[in-house]
Parts: sequence; C-alpha cells; structure tokens
Amino acid sequence: MAEFLLWMAAFVVLMVALGLLRVARGPGRAERMMAAQLLGSGAIGALLLIGAAAGEPSVVDVALTLALLSAFAGVAFVKFAVRQDRQAEDDGAGRVSAPGRPRRSALEREARKVVQ
Amino acid sequence: MSFVFDLLSIAAIAAGGLFYLAGTVGLLRFPDAYTRLHALTKADNLGLALIVLGLLFQADSLLAGLKLVLIWLLVMLSGAAVSQLVARAERRRESL
Amino acid sequence: MTVVVSLAVALLLLALAVWTVIARDAFPAVAGFIAYGLLLSLVWVRLDGIDVALTEAAIGGGLTGALLLGAVGRLRGTEAAAESERCGVGLRSFAMLLALAVTAVLMLCVLALPEPAPTVAPQVVQNLGATGVGNPITGVLLAFRALDTLLEAIVLVIALIGVWSLAPEGAWGGRPGLRHFSDPDGVLAYLARLLPPIGIIVGIYLFWAGADHPGGKFQSATILAAMWMLVIMAGLADSPRTDHRGLRGGVVAGPLAFIAVGLLGLASAGAFLGYPPQWAKPMIVAIELALMPTLVLVLALLMNGTPARDGDR
Repeated sequence: MAEFLLWMAAFVVLMVALGLLRVARGPGRAERMMAAQLLGSGAIGALLLIGAAAGEPSVVDVALTLALLSAFAGVAFVKFAVRQDRQAEDDGAGRVSAPGRPRRSALEREARKVVQ
Repeated sequence: MSFVFDLLSIAAIAAGGLFYLAGTVGLLRFPDAYTRLHALTKADNLGLALIVLGLLFQADSLLAGLKLVLIWLLVMLSGAAVSQLVARAERRRESL
Repeated sequence: MTVVVSLAVALLLLALAVWTVIARDAFPAVAGFIAYGLLLSLVWVRLDGIDVALTEAAIGGGLTGALLLGAVGRLRGTEAAAESERCGVGLRSFAMLLALAVTAVLMLCVLALPEPAPTVAPQVVQNLGATGVGNPITGVLLAFRALDTLLEAIVLVIALIGVWSLAPEGAWGGRPGLRHFSDPDGVLAYLARLLPPIGIIVGIYLFWAGADHPGGKFQSATILAAMWMLVIMAGLADSPRTDHRGLRGGVVAGPLAFIAVGLLGLASAGAFLGYPPQWAKPMIVAIELALMPTLVLVLALLMNGTPARDGDR
C-alpha cells in the first residue's frame, strides 16, 4: 500500500513537472499565472500521498497551509498582472517620459483602479 | 474488511492520477488560455477529490478524514476563484 | 519507490531553479520562484523536517512570492536602465562557474560527513521533558535557543523600520501601497470574505498544535498575515496607517514581552531567559502569545511595503 502511494506521488509530481513546461513556454501571461494553482493542487496531492505512505499525520497540516497560501499567491499574481497591464495601457496612451528616466510612478497619479 | 478498503483506495487514487494526467495533457495541448484553465481545474477538482476519497478509506480517525475533506474544499474554492480571476484578466488584456 | 519520488522532485527543483535564473522577464522568474518554494516543502517532508516544510510552504509559497511581485512592480520604471547596464557573457559565465563551485564544495562537505553526522539532537530529546513541550523544534526555539528567537524577532522589527524608512517625502506615517478596489459582488470579494475565516481558524489551530506537533507561532502568523493581505488586496479593507499608535505598539510589544520574560528568568532562575523548573511551559506559552500579534503585524506590514499616501497628517 505504501509503495503504491509513493508511486502515485511520484506520478503526480511528474504531472506537475510536465504542466510546468506549459508555464515556462506559455506564450501569454495567463499561463504564468496558472503556476500557483498547478503547483498548489499538485503539491497538495503529492503531499497527502506521501504523508499517508509514511504514516505521518502532521503532513496533512503542511497540505492545509499550502492550500491557503497558494490561493493567496494566485490572487497576488492576478492583481500584479492586471496592474502591469494597466500600466502598459497608460504607456501606450502616449505619456511622455525621457528615455532612461524612470517613469513617473503610478502612486503619484492616484488613479482609481477597478479590479474584478 | 481492510482488504476491501485497500482495494477501494487503490481504485480511487489511480482514478485521481488519471485525472491529473488528463489535466496535464489538456494543459499542454489545448489551444488557448481559457481551455488550458479548464483542463487545469479538472486536476484540482476531480483529481484531488479522488485522491482524497482514496485516502479517506485509509484515514485513522474522524478528525483526520475531516481535515482531508477540508483541504479538498479549500483547493476547490481557491481554484474556482483564481481561475475566474485569471480568465477575466486574460479577457481584459485581449480587449486592450 | 522512495528513491524515485526523491529523484523526481530533485530533478524538478533543479530545472525550476535554472529556469528562474535564466528567465528574461521578471514575471516568469517570480512564477518559477514560487513554484520552487512550494515544491521545496515536498523535499522537506521527504527529509522528515515537517516544521521546516510548514515554514517553507508558508513563507516560500506565499509570502516571498507576494513580496517579490511587489518589488517587481516597483522596479518596472527602471527596467530600461537595468537592461543597459547588463554585464557581458564572460562575467556571467564566471559567476555561474563560481556558483557551481560553491555548490560542489557544499555537496562534498555533506557527503563527507561522518556516519552518523554530529548532532545534539539526542541531548535535546533527553532534556525535552523539563521544558514541558512535546515538539522538539518548539523546545529548541523557545527553551534551549530562546535567545536566537528573541534576536530574530528584533531583526524583523528592524527590517520593518528599514522598509518604512524608504518612504518618499511627505508619505511618512501614511498608508502603504495603492488603494485596492474590486467589485463588491465579484469573485475576489467573495473569496476574500470566505477564505480568511477559515484561514484564521487554521492559523490558530497551527499555533496551538505547535506545542506538541509540527506547527508554531511563525507558520500560523504567516497564514494570518496572508489572510489579512487577501482582505486588503480585495479592497475590503484599506492598508493600515503606519503611524497608528496601536499598530506600532503591537509591533514592539512582542520583543518587549520576550525581554521581560527573559529578565524574569534572570530574577528567578539565575540566567537570562532561564526558566524555573515548574514554570517552563507557562513562560513559553506567554512568549508565544506575546510574539504572535507582533509577527502577524510585521509580516503583513512587510508585504504591504513602504508608506505611500495620506502621510504626515
């Protein structure tokens, strides 16, 4: 039983590795944002299997922590990407800034940002 | 009796692994971000659900089983919410 | 079997590390780094370091990722200048060789350790009963090496002061970061209403379980801080004013209480941070309870960043 669980854990890790190929190659930003979710569910699955195989009940706590934190990381990713898109949009609207001088920071504009 | 439980565990966990495989294949092969998100969420919902189901048969106590179910519910909640957010961000970027 | 799992995870980690280093854009690099942190917790579980795995999952998975993303966001205006200052291939190859050499030396040192490796773990386990806690990690952190933990807490407060000192002119004492907004009926607001209560319960559970099982104040403080950040990111609450007296009081209360317990130990047991025999467990619990709010505040404020608006009222 423990052997089988460890084999399945290795399989799940392999699936995560292959999924990370997409995250690495993914042509868009959305693929990178999927990293947190992919890793989250994959690592949690592998952790639960490893914990059951080793008979160590506290590994479930690690999986619980991972679940909460990967949700938080996913949200942080999306907020960051949306803010970057918004800044790129403002750049494209023709704001003047001399080359080499850091762009006027968004904080100074105090724009109201609506994010879903 | 425990032999039956072991058998059920193996069946459920193997099926869970199958869904992880399906999710990864979809993630690699589907044409655009939205379909890839869909594939990824299958691994979350069904793959992890079946693994948790399989491990429930091996659980020592009620509390351990409840913790497993809680983890699955949390992953489902966060997976659903984050997928929505990623899809909307992608939609917004496309409309720029 | 076990070897296959370990090998799979190790190779994956190496690939992730290489990718994080060579990624051209900051966003994929941070994604790789977060993935690396989440996966590293698997490694720690394989090495039987459950407490370390908990901390890695909490810090490496969520906290550092959010910090790095915030930093990358702030660096966006300087990317052009950084690109022009990029050093040549020769220098970078030399740096890579140097890093590889250090790794090789470390590997040789680990492989050359005598069997069994020198450790004081048996003495810790022997004397653990006197401290009253069941988890040897907690015993080491709060009883045998409590001084280290005190200094770490003080370092965290100093780090926070350092981050605040980067506030631009006129923003000192203000709120960090931008005001976030989100659709009150939307998905983010929903998640930020549903997840934090669960997160708080899990955090408190981990704190309480830390006495006898893997867990403890640091991991639980990270979870609580992440939940608070989630609420702020969804716009359901604004980031706190950094000149708020209660906030500043909470930040220093932890180390001060720790020092007070240490002085109490000096008076009653003859050594700073010593514990009189029957009072070990209550004093440890007192330190943990005092440090928890401080850790939550400091970690959340570090993630929030420098004060940026509403300053100098």
